[in-house]
Amino acid sequence: MMKTDTIAAISTPLSNSGIGIVRISGEEAFSVAERIVRKKDGSGPVSIRDVSTRKVCYGFIYDGDKLLDEVLTIVMKAPYSYTAEDTVEIDCHGGSLMMKRILETVIRNGARLAEPGEFTKRAFLNGRIDLSQAEAVIDVINAQNDHALQSSVRQLNGSVSRRIKDLRERILYQVAYIESALDDPEHIPLDQDHREKLSAFLEGVKEEIRILIDSFDRGRVMMEGIKTVILGKPNAGKSSLMNLLLREERAIVTDIAGTTRDTLEEKLSLGGITLNVVDTAGIRDTEDLVERIGVDRAKKAAMEADLIIFVVDGSCPLDVNDEEIMALTSEKRSILLLNKSDLKMAVSKEELEERTGHKTILFSAKEELGIDLLEEEIKQLFYQGEIQTDDQVVITDLRQKTALEESLKSLDMVGQSIADGMPEDLYPVDMMDAYAHLGLIIGESVGEDLIEEIFGRFCMGK
Amino acid sequence: MPYLEEDYDVAVVGAGHAGCEAALACARLGLETIIFTISVDSIAMMPCNPNIGGSSKGHLVRELDALGGEMGKNIDKTFIQSKMLNRSKGPAVHSLRAQADKRHYTQEMRRTLENTDHLTIRQAEVSEICVEDGQLKGIKTFSGALYHVKAAILCTGTYLNARCIYGEVSNLTGPNGLQAASHLTDSLKANGIEMFRFKTGTPARVDRRSIDFSKMEEQFGDKVVVPFSFSTDPSTIQKEQVSCWLTYTNEKTHKIIRDNLDRSPLFSGTIEGTGPRYCPSIEDKVVRFADKDRHQIFVEPEGLETNEMYLAGMSSSLPEDVQYAMYRTVPGLDHVKIVRTAYAIEYDCINPLQLKPSLEFKKIRGLFSGGQFNGSSGYEEAAVQGFMAGVNAAMEIMGREPVILDRSQAYIGVLIDDLVTKEYHEPYRMMTSRAEYRLLLRQDNADLRLRKIGYEIGLVTEEGYQHLIWKEKAIEKEVDRLERTTVGAGEKVQGFLAQHGSTLLKSGVTLAELIKRPELDYGILSPIDPERPSLPPDVQEQVNINIKYEGYIKRQMQQVSQFKKLEGKKIPKDIDYTHVKSLRKEAVQKLDRLRPVSIGQASRISGVSPADISVLLVYLEQRRRFDGNEVDRSGA
Repeated sequence: MMKTDTIAAISTPLSNSGIGIVRISGEEAFSVAERIVRKKDGSGPVSIRDVSTRKVCYGFIYDGDKLLDEVLTIVMKAPYSYTAEDTVEIDCHGGSLMMKRILETVIRNGARLAEPGEFTKRAFLNGRIDLSQAEAVIDVINAQNDHALQSSVRQLNGSVSRRIKDLRERILYQVAYIESALDDPEHIPLDQDHREKLSAFLEGVKEEIRILIDSFDRGRVMMEGIKTVILGKPNAGKSSLMNLLLREERAIVTDIAGTTRDTLEEKLSLGGITLNVVDTAGIRDTEDLVERIGVDRAKKAAMEADLIIFVVDGSCPLDVNDEEIMALTSEKRSILLLNKSDLKMAVSKEELEERTGHKTILFSAKEELGIDLLEEEIKQLFYQGEIQTDDQVVITDLRQKTALEESLKSLDMVGQSIADGMPEDLYPVDMMDAYAHLGLIIGESVGEDLIEEIFGRFCMGK
Repeated sequence: MPYLEEDYDVAVVGAGHAGCEAALACARLGLETIIFTISVDSIAMMPCNPNIGGSSKGHLVRELDALGGEMGKNIDKTFIQSKMLNRSKGPAVHSLRAQADKRHYTQEMRRTLENTDHLTIRQAEVSEICVEDGQLKGIKTFSGALYHVKAAILCTGTYLNARCIYGEVSNLTGPNGLQAASHLTDSLKANGIEMFRFKTGTPARVDRRSIDFSKMEEQFGDKVVVPFSFSTDPSTIQKEQVSCWLTYTNEKTHKIIRDNLDRSPLFSGTIEGTGPRYCPSIEDKVVRFADKDRHQIFVEPEGLETNEMYLAGMSSSLPEDVQYAMYRTVPGLDHVKIVRTAYAIEYDCINPLQLKPSLEFKKIRGLFSGGQFNGSSGYEEAAVQGFMAGVNAAMEIMGREPVILDRSQAYIGVLIDDLVTKEYHEPYRMMTSRAEYRLLLRQDNADLRLRKIGYEIGLVTEEGYQHLIWKEKAIEKEVDRLERTTVGAGEKVQGFLAQHGSTLLKSGVTLAELIKRPELDYGILSPIDPERPSLPPDVQEQVNINIKYEGYIKRQMQQVSQFKKLEGKKIPKDIDYTHVKSLRKEAVQKLDRLRPVSIGQASRISGVSPADISVLLVYLEQRRRFDGNEVDRSGA
């Protein structure tokens, strides 16, 4: 379907390169960017549309109140862009994770995920690509469509598609019920409590969709590993932990002295879970991340992490360093390790748990005690306790996640209509939207499904 | 050798609901028109149910009326009971349905035809179409007359090679025992037209005196009747109405049916035509919905001056003796006497994919068609197609652009687009769920949507058009006033809100905001709106709906603007799909067969994927630049 709405995609290869570009194109491109790009202190939006064309502007990407990244945006006004539409390119820090997060934020703020080859298609339709390249453009569209189809089908495991099919069938039945009642009111009544039944039904379906959406994060960490940062004051035992996790065979230094890369990740495996531990070199070298790179950088690392492991020296009382780190863990999935449990304890597990709200594990790097508990707790936090090895109901594709979110939004609107006392004939419109969005995930369109369902399930007519 | 009759501009073949509208439209536009019917006594006959309208069909009638059609006016003259269905639901699905006095309906339509200038009625069976070089030249009757015409509109309904069946009995007749038309099909096939064979059915008519109504529930009409026609004054049609009656089948009925299925032509394979699933025979219902222990039967009068009653919900093609047995198991029908036996009817119709959206045959210029001949079902579906075919035949003769309503403008547009774009293998019935933008396509605003188009066609009077303009302005002005008028949290207002169970105000709000509350509406607010001008009820209704459903209406309008962009991308008539590189083979075949007029229509063809549409768009752009002067915009 050709659309002239606003589209977005990651335009650079998805690898852990230094920088990456998220591109937004379409009538709403500037508005979308203005919703997420703010000035340094977060004080207000950067007025993208006032930037002169093809000029670069500096800002910060926010997802709501959450700071994501420090970026450069390049503003191109129609027709002076690749697509000849208003375009914003967000030049962000590389790393597939960050780029995906920014793209997700862009989509939540009014853009739609671009179809494969869609930028090129628009470029051509808007006269930016030479006629001689038309056939090449068609090839791009076809090749990318084939590829997208195959890869999304491949990514979708059986139980996800079964679950989506099941959700669709149930939604369709409810719509057909309403429609047949509207079409043949003297045969099929919508009784008094229909609204309540429908509300309950919708809540159930929405909950299932939410679980699928949540599985996206789970699926991502499963595929890409859990971005982990280890924090702790000097001598708390970070390097001992690190060494324990890495064991001798992995005690390699991957960075080269003098490198300017600002983050380094060490991939390690703990009971089948992949942890991407940030700034391991720093931890190993100086034993003091907070001191070495400063509180700002520690904050940034903590902010980007999926998991904070906070190592507390149990043998001495909590001090100002611990307080600072504690503040960083407040909004994050965190685990506290009360280290040196082999010594006389000056801090109690209960006190820490009460103050931070995070699970605290008695730990001894020296005695190698507590590592199994750490493993269990990570599984608990990220996989609800179990690692399923096959046939997981997990969504891994952003396009699929977006479709789920759209369907959820549509069902929310039905709920709103019911709450507002709106009549029944308004519900099917949004319910069919949800049905269509779910269909995108498994590659099925709507077609005559509803009519078939009405005739198939309900006895109509004279 | 045929003898030469007079020349006409337009010949309409068939005088059912489609044919009458087609002929009236052409004649009223000043074209010399001749309408053929197998029996003048059966003009606008209702061979099945005795009603006009119903869910979504009522919308069609209102739209037809707004455009300048006749059906709405005719039913307003001849109804004997009227109901607005779905009144408890949203305005988009309110739908008018009236019981007609069948004979009176026929008489009135015939009177209108007979008194229309430029219109000639002729009883004859049309047996041939004459085509030269893809252009229709004339038609021939079975009696040997040749008429030269500029256009013909085929509205043959269920008469082509019709066969009526019940049990082992099979008659080669049209509905109600009327003579079938058995020659035209061959001529159409000889001209390359692809034919389908469809089936439909009707229940028995029974003698009122043999019914015990005390065992049935009485069904009344509305206290205040809303007319179908925008030009009917409501005060002129408030009259005494007749009742219908509700009863049910039961296990005994179902057992008789099941025991005799082997004698049903439907299940024994004697019937080859495809029947409609929305209008199943009672034996079909019992088989397909075996878990239902009863089915509703509405007993409806066929007119004021007859004892015949129609048994809605019990159409059948079972043998006569089985029909007696099963009808007599239904409470109130214990001793029923059948006047006319229920039957199924098979007939020839066309595959409507051969038509353009104007309802002209793609391969034969000047040949149009409408109604059941196009694979639809229902009087209303027939009437609107007949009207559009008539209008477009006239437009062609007059050298004007065809009138094509799209899916965002009217149910008529949805119906015709579906017929000419999607592939159906059963008679097509209108349903509100087929309309994507139904919140906009309401029966209450059909005049606002379509009267201007009717005026431009030339079938709506200057007076009617001026009234429309006045109404539009009145609505706009009143909505604007309500959006700007604020009421404060004074004692009177709070008291009023409390009285209606509505949340009290903390600060001032506009009247429009109050109208949006579910428990309030425009009418209710009148006591706290002293400045309110005096407006007619239809204007008040529009004001209320526009404000109350504003959010929904706006959303649909946004969808419509997306939709319009695709509809606006026209595909050149001479496109050769085999030359479009990278289109999948299936898409090439489908596109080549259907030859859609726009990218929008192409996107609705089953088997044409979004990727195919992308490819097509690129191809069209390529071609446009190749044909025109390539403007280099790559200077950036």
